[in-house]
Amino acid sequence: MRTLRFAWRYLWSRPLGAALNVLLLSLGLASITFLLLVGAQLSKAFDRDLAGIDVVVGAKGSPMQLILSGVLHIDVPPGNVPLSAVKELIRNPLVDHIIPISLGDNYAGYRIVGTSLAYLEHYEAQLAQGPQNRLWDAPMQVVLGATTARKLGLAPGQTFIGSHGLGAGGHTHGDIVYTVVGILAPSGSVLDRLILTDTASVWKVHEDSTATDDEDRQVLEQEREITMALVQYKTPMAALSFPRYVNTSTEMQAAAPALEISRLLHMLGLGTEVLRAFAGVLLLTAGLSVFIALWSAVRERRADLALLRMLGAPPRKIAALLLCEALWLGVMAAVLGLLLGQAFTLALAWMLQLDNSLLIGGMVWPAELVVVPVLALSVSLVSALLPAWGAYRVSVLELLQTR
Amino acid sequence: MIRTLGLAYQYPGTPDTAVLQFPDVDVAQGAVLLLSGPSGCGKSTWLALVAGLVAPSAGTVEVVGQPLHALKSVASDAWRARTIGFLPQKLHLSAALTVQQNLAMAQWAAGQSEDSVAIHSALQALGVDELAQRTPAQLSGGQAQRVALARAVLLQPRVLLADEPTASLDDEAAADAVALLLATARTHGATLVIATHDARVAALIPAGVEGQIGFQPLHLLRKQLSKEEQSA
Repeated sequence: MRTLRFAWRYLWSRPLGAALNVLLLSLGLASITFLLLVGAQLSKAFDRDLAGIDVVVGAKGSPMQLILSGVLHIDVPPGNVPLSAVKELIRNPLVDHIIPISLGDNYAGYRIVGTSLAYLEHYEAQLAQGPQNRLWDAPMQVVLGATTARKLGLAPGQTFIGSHGLGAGGHTHGDIVYTVVGILAPSGSVLDRLILTDTASVWKVHEDSTATDDEDRQVLEQEREITMALVQYKTPMAALSFPRYVNTSTEMQAAAPALEISRLLHMLGLGTEVLRAFAGVLLLTAGLSVFIALWSAVRERRADLALLRMLGAPPRKIAALLLCEALWLGVMAAVLGLLLGQAFTLALAWMLQLDNSLLIGGMVWPAELVVVPVLALSVSLVSALLPAWGAYRVSVLELLQTR
Repeated sequence: MIRTLGLAYQYPGTPDTAVLQFPDVDVAQGAVLLLSGPSGCGKSTWLALVAGLVAPSAGTVEVVGQPLHALKSVASDAWRARTIGFLPQKLHLSAALTVQQNLAMAQWAAGQSEDSVAIHSALQALGVDELAQRTPAQLSGGQAQRVALARAVLLQPRVLLADEPTASLDDEAAADAVALLLATARTHGATLVIATHDARVAALIPAGVEGQIGFQPLHLLRKQLSKEEQSA
């Protein structure tokens, strides 16, 4: 304990050098922390939101766009598909069940998603407020995700009017009012930041606002669309033939979330590798800097260290003093690096608006972060090995002969 | 008590012909021994041999009844911590630490638990207790030497080694330094060894100091064969 205390004193006897070393080491560790946090949060979000969805069927276009818009709700969908075509799919023997998703409106930037109760069941959503088992028993009722409710300050019984489009700022749908009937408990899933209603309500909003007469309304009803369908197979073997069937035999496309996300991660991979290499260079530089600082410290304090030998300190104790200085550097850099990494991640989430999407954001401490202190201590201690060896071998005769 | 017999030391990497040979010494506990001689004659090496920091090439050293050749290196460190007090010429008070912490560091080096009572007592005995929280940079030369001496005697050593304690001091300060050393060694009943090339020191040690065996100028011989001898 006293060794640590004296080491701390010695370290801060050169405050500028110590601070610069801590900062340099911290920047490398912050980059590693940032990579780990982003990777862990993305992976968790993908695992959480994509689980149980074998394929997404929607309008032709970019398959990745379909997944990002319909499952993760962070992009705009490529278009709509006819309800009749989706109903055909339900009858396909390879399909176990389908969850409809209808997008197009928002309230204050939060997406209004027309769907079925199966969507809530899929994510095992629980109601925090509202009538159990009696959701959407009338049109224009909505259930709010936990984050949505908190951010908008809405409670059951309150009403609002949706706007056209998926982001805030679109024109409102006249006097067609949604009523909040329930609020979901936080689930950590994509549901937290959505406004959920039954598909019929979404159709009603658009039909009421565009139909000019009953005949027109009937035409609109016959041409009803949804944005996409989340499909679960009856058997994993369906993955071999179902997407091909949809892509070649219908006007729709089928996109497999696992495949698209893997493609996305592969695209992000190059950036990740560059950042990782950059962090590696920073850590190497920091290691060299720690080495130079401690080596200089041993040279400057050679006589002081020799005196400690004269006072009875065994060589290993002198070396331990140096290693403890490195240990302090490592500990401080690990703490600062972790905090900086969290700050970088929050800044990225804020800049890209990813915190709203729940993909990245908030202070999280995944187990992978244990790498950061391990790296910090490894770099600092390895850098201190040679200086510590120099301290171990310090000669008292040299002290006695120094005039 | 310090007793040496046939003591010699050869620096690593030097030829066999360059060996420091030291006269035999036998001083009683509590005595004062003056090592005099020009710079480079081997005084510091003799101190290192007596402190058990280096092993002699030949001969034996016995300090306070302990034959040093019988000590292993780890035991030698512990033995030195409790037996030898050391006052270096340059003092080497750590600038990163306060006066009190410098003394605490001596306790740490010796593997002893921190004893602030002992530290204050040592500082008080040398009249510098009020400086305990100052850093070495805030001390005068004389104050720093007193602090270094307090550190040297903190662990109640049986032998006090002082290396060039009067170097760069004027006559008055040199007299004070020697008087302080004598008084401190006497208080602790320690054998005092002063290694110096300063001719004034001999005159500063009063005759009749109890236990003093008198001046024993150490004539060290550097047995270096001349080229003629080598060729012969």
